[in-house]
Amino acid sequence: MIDPVFSAILEISKFLLFLAMILVCIRIVRGPHAADRVVALDMLCMLGVSIAALAAITSGSMAFIDVVLGIALIGFLATVAFAAFIERGSSQSGEN
Amino acid sequence: MLMWFSAFFVLIGSIITFIAGLGVLRLPDFFMRMHAATKAGVVGPSLLLVGAGFHEPSLATWIKIALAVLFLFMTTPIAAHVLGKAGFLGGVHLWQGTSRNDLKKVLSPSAFLETESARPDEKRKADMMPGSPATRQDH
Repeated sequence: MIDPVFSAILEISKFLLFLAMILVCIRIVRGPHAADRVVALDMLCMLGVSIAALAAITSGSMAFIDVVLGIALIGFLATVAFAAFIERGSSQSGEN
Repeated sequence: MLMWFSAFFVLIGSIITFIAGLGVLRLPDFFMRMHAATKAGVVGPSLLLVGAGFHEPSLATWIKIALAVLFLFMTTPIAAHVLGKAGFLGGVHLWQGTSRNDLKKVLSPSAFLETESARPDEKRKADMMPGSPATRQDH
């Protein structure tokens, strides 16, 4: 049932997503401006979506697709809220 | 056969997602980073979701996957637009190699502050235009 080539492809995908998550976390730590960190947070939510889709394949239960919807909604709302926060902070305090 | 479709989409999607993460780390500018995270960051998870749909195809799964992909494609441009405007007003430094900045003529952080402080003056001027109720009350 499980082809060794298919499981190898799944392992490669997991490794690539793991590397991408490390790179994005480095950007969250290093980001010079708050907006850079928010972009990296949005990308982290997209990586969460990717990992949930991969978990739906490896575990075989399609309930993880619902998790995808939840993570995407939370990521969108967090990005918009942080954007409003950054904009308001810049208009009140001048330079940031 | 469907398993190989699934493997193809999963591999391409994870490669594109990795490229998006690499761009978020390595590109020199906030707006370039946002470009990487927005475009490649939507296509990669969408391809992974399509690969998950090919792994166990059923109508309910495909409906959920279509909803998720549609949601991603609808919300990510809105979030990127709002965040780009907020970053520009927040004073993000552009890359030194930027040759042209047309948005600065319309919407720069300093201009935004001036218009914020000068908004009452503009309102008064607008009220004192001929024909407006304010001028009629003055006479």
